[in-house]
Amino acid sequence: MRDLIWLIPIFPLAGFLINGLVYLFGNRPPRPQGAHGAHDEGGHGHQIAAESAKDLGHPHAHSHEETHPRFAALHSIVGPGSVLLSTLVAFGAIFDIGLKGFAEGHSHTVELYRWIPLGVNQAVGQVHGGVGEWFVNVAFRIDSLSALMLAFVTFVGFLIHVYSVGYMGHDRGYGRYFAYLNLFMFAMLVLVLGANFLLLFVGWEGVGLCSYLLIGYDYHKKFAADAGKKAFVVNRIGDFGFILGIFGVFALFGTLDFAKVFGMAAANPLPYTPYLTLICLLLFVGACGKSAQFPLYVWLPDAMAGPTPVSALIHAATMVTAGVYMVARCNVFFRLAPQAMIVVACVGAFTALFAATIGLVQNDIKKVLAYSTVSQLGYMFLACGVGAFSEGMFHVTTHAFFKACLFLGAGSVIHALNGEQDIRKMGGLAAKIPKTYWTFLIASLTIAGVPFLAAFFSKDAIKAAVFHAEFAGYPWLPKLLYAVALFTAGLTAFYMFRLVSLTFWGTFRGTSDQERHIHESPSSMTVPLMVLAFLSIVSGYVGVPIIEHGDKIGEFLAPIRLPIQGLAEQVHHASRVAELSLMAAASTVALLGIFLAWNWYAKGKGSTPHHLAERFPGVYKTLLDKYYVDEAYEKVFVQGVALGGGRALWDVDANLVDLIPNGAAAVTKGASWVAALFDQYVVDGLVNGFANTMAALFRLFRRAQTGRVQNYALVMGGGLFCLVAVYLLFR
Amino acid sequence: MTITINHYLVVSLLLFAIGFFGVLVRRNFLTVLTSIELMLNAVNLNLVAFSRRLSDLTGQVFSIFVITIAAGEAAIGLALTISLFRQRRTLNVEEASTMRG
Repeated sequence: MRDLIWLIPIFPLAGFLINGLVYLFGNRPPRPQGAHGAHDEGGHGHQIAAESAKDLGHPHAHSHEETHPRFAALHSIVGPGSVLLSTLVAFGAIFDIGLKGFAEGHSHTVELYRWIPLGVNQAVGQVHGGVGEWFVNVAFRIDSLSALMLAFVTFVGFLIHVYSVGYMGHDRGYGRYFAYLNLFMFAMLVLVLGANFLLLFVGWEGVGLCSYLLIGYDYHKKFAADAGKKAFVVNRIGDFGFILGIFGVFALFGTLDFAKVFGMAAANPLPYTPYLTLICLLLFVGACGKSAQFPLYVWLPDAMAGPTPVSALIHAATMVTAGVYMVARCNVFFRLAPQAMIVVACVGAFTALFAATIGLVQNDIKKVLAYSTVSQLGYMFLACGVGAFSEGMFHVTTHAFFKACLFLGAGSVIHALNGEQDIRKMGGLAAKIPKTYWTFLIASLTIAGVPFLAAFFSKDAIKAAVFHAEFAGYPWLPKLLYAVALFTAGLTAFYMFRLVSLTFWGTFRGTSDQERHIHESPSSMTVPLMVLAFLSIVSGYVGVPIIEHGDKIGEFLAPIRLPIQGLAEQVHHASRVAELSLMAAASTVALLGIFLAWNWYAKGKGSTPHHLAERFPGVYKTLLDKYYVDEAYEKVFVQGVALGGGRALWDVDANLVDLIPNGAAAVTKGASWVAALFDQYVVDGLVNGFANTMAALFRLFRRAQTGRVQNYALVMGGGLFCLVAVYLLFR
Repeated sequence: MTITINHYLVVSLLLFAIGFFGVLVRRNFLTVLTSIELMLNAVNLNLVAFSRRLSDLTGQVFSIFVITIAAGEAAIGLALTISLFRQRRTLNVEEASTMRG
């Protein structure tokens, strides 16, 4: 089974091809009336095909299929089915090696073919002692880290595919949607399974592409198309850093294979250490882009323009955690670059706090969750920054479950309200959509950090690691980061229960027409919700602290943390009392946040926050407008750098660069003027002057040509006389 | 008084000078032609005189040759005279100056 891991990405790829081709060639063109002009994916060829079908005597070629696409059943089977097959193979492979096997450090690599064979070159550019292989294989690798990612990516991916069947069922672009979603699964699995940086990058770019495609899924809506472009462009910035980092790794080690690179760095770190800080920072820029960290987080809230299952799968559970996965994968590098670690920790902590404060006042149900995601990703990077990579990955896993549950729950709410996303127009939905309510509530309790639910353990593990972290030269930093993390946890609990209060509790604030249409979602949507809610409760028990062998996930992931030669990393064994007091503090803060939100929004019907907003309009407005970061980017980068820079460049071009051609033209003009003068006066002067001289001479000589023979004879006689005279005289 | 070759030469020179003078100064085309005949005959006299002096018949042969050519020349000259007269109604050579440069 472990030899079949290459099949895991292949199934969704096949699904993508089937869904995409069936959709492309089976989709009918829009009606000539243009009522559905937006859906013109059919293209020109299909128009002709449909017209010929009409000619062949099928007057009803354009039948009532606009609301329901053709081959919907096929898409419904192929889409989730391909991911189900991947899931089965993935779990088969994982259990083939066995959890114990992974914990003991077993891994398995399947090499498909040699991709970039550059041959062996010891001499070029690497540090002394490098391998110098210079080739890159298409190889898939399963070890404990990729096994963990694989498990939840395939499983959550499958659940969300199932959910999509219900959620997108009425959409005309159903086949396109599943094609993209399958393509995303393919790319994500390549990212997770890739055994080298280049294959990781292939998956990295693939998920970026699918993210773009799915954010802009409703491409006829301008804001969705714009959000897609924004995500793509912002990710380019990150990817630029990432690929520079990969180049650095390649230059330094002469290979991109994870096992070799990290093995070399861990076994003999000294020659590499000076370069690793730069490489780590570049890799982290990539992680910042993909995982929406400050200052590159701006695309993620806008990415909510995509369909809600997409937000759940790509922009909460899987793709955005790729950055954390990558940093955890490169933990050997990061541990050798303490300065880079400080940057990672500080960016993570700042992003966590920053996004959480924005989340406090947002009114769009998906926006709140989006900022929550950014905040939680900050948490994960904070964990990586303090060296707690397995704790970070633990939170990635639990986050995948509860955040997917939250997003899918939000999707269910939006579905029930026929597209309403403003929480000010919701309320009192608990009784009307109970399954959605209960699952959403469980997930909210989890993310808030209520004791004995999943995120309680994962966040607690992070906070404990932060509390006990040590940064050389900055003894105060861990305590500050801990305070930020704790405060953010309180904010998280607050904004999540503000969301729950406004959405599910109280009375309905929308129109009565909306109220009449509220309906619980079909079971294809509620069953995944329940599964995810269940996982949100139990998934934390793989990382229970204090108890002997309670931290199973830590043990499971321990092999990826290669011991580095000559680097003494003390493992903190905090006392039981310290652990418990940290837990107590976290629980208190979480419960406080929940209570405050309940008190203000459910019990007090929002009067206190309203009051506060009036008291501090500046603060409220700043938070509501997200610290004006988008506006600042708009001003600085779009108008300033892009447009202004464009204008400046145009000026430079018009004035400075054009000086060269213009100057050249002027010089040429001058030169040609001189040349013309030369030509006119010197060359022509010579020619004309010669001619004029000749003419003058000939005017003289022609006088001799009188036409009278006697004159000629006289001259001849005279000449003869002269010749004879001369002859006689000078004989 | 013995007639020496010098006498012949002087006569020949005088004849030639008179002919040349006629060619140069006379305006009538016919007169010019006649003057040319004079010059030719002066040359003939010269040739014959030297032929006799040197006892070489070549000079006499040449003079006969010149006479023959002179006949042709006279024929062409007269033809030209007629042609000129038809064109210009005059025999004044000063009028016949269309070859002026």
